[in-house]
Amino acid sequence: MRTEIPVAIAFVAGMLMVVSLFVPHPFIAEPAAVMRSWAIIITAFAYVLGVANIARISLHTVKKRTTDWQYKGALVVALVAMAGVGVSRGIQTGGLFDWAYLNMYVPMQATMFSLLAFFIASAAYRAFRARSVEATLLLVVAVVVMLGRVPVGEKLWPGLPAFTEWIMEVPNMAAKRGIMIGAALGAISTGLKMILGIERSYLGSD
Amino acid sequence: MTKYILIGVVIALMVFAVASGRLSGASFGTWIAAMLTLAIFSFLYKDNPIYKFAEHIFIGLSAGYFVALEYWNVFVPNLWNPLLESFRTVSPSGLMLLVPFALGLLLFARFFPKIAWLSRWSMAAMIGSYAGLAIIGALQGDLLAQIRANMIPFLSPGSLTGLKAAAGGNAFFFAILEVLRNPLIVIGLLVTLVYFFFSREHKGGLGAVSRVGVWFLMISFGASFGYTVMSRVSLLIGRLHFLMSDWLGIIH
Repeated sequence: MRTEIPVAIAFVAGMLMVVSLFVPHPFIAEPAAVMRSWAIIITAFAYVLGVANIARISLHTVKKRTTDWQYKGALVVALVAMAGVGVSRGIQTGGLFDWAYLNMYVPMQATMFSLLAFFIASAAYRAFRARSVEATLLLVVAVVVMLGRVPVGEKLWPGLPAFTEWIMEVPNMAAKRGIMIGAALGAISTGLKMILGIERSYLGSD
Repeated sequence: MTKYILIGVVIALMVFAVASGRLSGASFGTWIAAMLTLAIFSFLYKDNPIYKFAEHIFIGLSAGYFVALEYWNVFVPNLWNPLLESFRTVSPSGLMLLVPFALGLLLFARFFPKIAWLSRWSMAAMIGSYAGLAIIGALQGDLLAQIRANMIPFLSPGSLTGLKAAAGGNAFFFAILEVLRNPLIVIGLLVTLVYFFFSREHKGGLGAVSRVGVWFLMISFGASFGYTVMSRVSLLIGRLHFLMSDWLGIIH
């Protein structure tokens, strides 16, 4: 009951999706479409579950007054305010939710990612050493791509932007395709293992 | 104590800005954005309370943002409205939506240890569906598409003619690159795949080929790294431009 039913549900749901690719008959296609829409709804609940878990843990920290409880309090306030405004007043352009999104969420997200410019540069300084052919290739290509995308690169050598494009479109793409094919094979085999009940780690432990 | 002072200073600055009447309705958002931007940038000095405060606000806003998005984009159009409609018209097919609704609610059984196992049914429905979709997606979107895209002539048509025409000129270097384009794409993919073939030890000929595969991978990683750095620098310039232009008005 605790293991067999979930494994059976995963098998039926997964096989419906896979078989619907090969059998477009309504007998299969319609239940598959229904299952897809159900999965979207359950996933939305899963999002809410995740958020509820963040809130629960943060509130527990605030209640116990453990380390950094003040920040957890700020987190909960921001969460409740954003979700509350969004749910109660809508997410349309020009509304309060949109205002918070544009003036709080977007600037902080962009700044967080821009911080990586500093850390990625310092990490590269420490990690990039031309100690082998492989490391040298990595270093040289990274420098060429960086220079090829700024005006100073074109000043150094007018052909640099075109050469950078060639690197992106030829050797880079060849390796990327290899990675994508490998990852696709991995995704297919993992998916099959889940559908067939060989991989059950998502069920957690008893 | 220091952290309370720092947080207090930021709040006082905000209150002062509002109270002094310098902020019109339009620029209040800019001020908020600027303060939060500076708060995040303060991490460059060191991990500090202002940064932590902004970081937690960001996490809270992100979580709240996705809740509202899921509510309006999934719950209302896919569950709530059809359910209300089916209750009104007593439509059995519409009432079938009570199944995903119940499965969704069962996910919350995780909060109650005694019935936590019930959430497995919902997880199984979700994981099974997405595993099936992942198989289809990986097969159609990645595997077959990438193999098909690599089925190209070993030498691109006209590249050799272009090489002859460019001989001795400035474009000769790029003409060589154009000749190498298709062979490198084909060989590069094959040697990369050989590197990922772990069923045999990489020794002898296989080892040599897989080593070339590593070179291609390194070129790809280097290109990705350079590309990522440039995108992050671009974001940084964007934030600095916002501070200098929209907020302080120093540059126009």
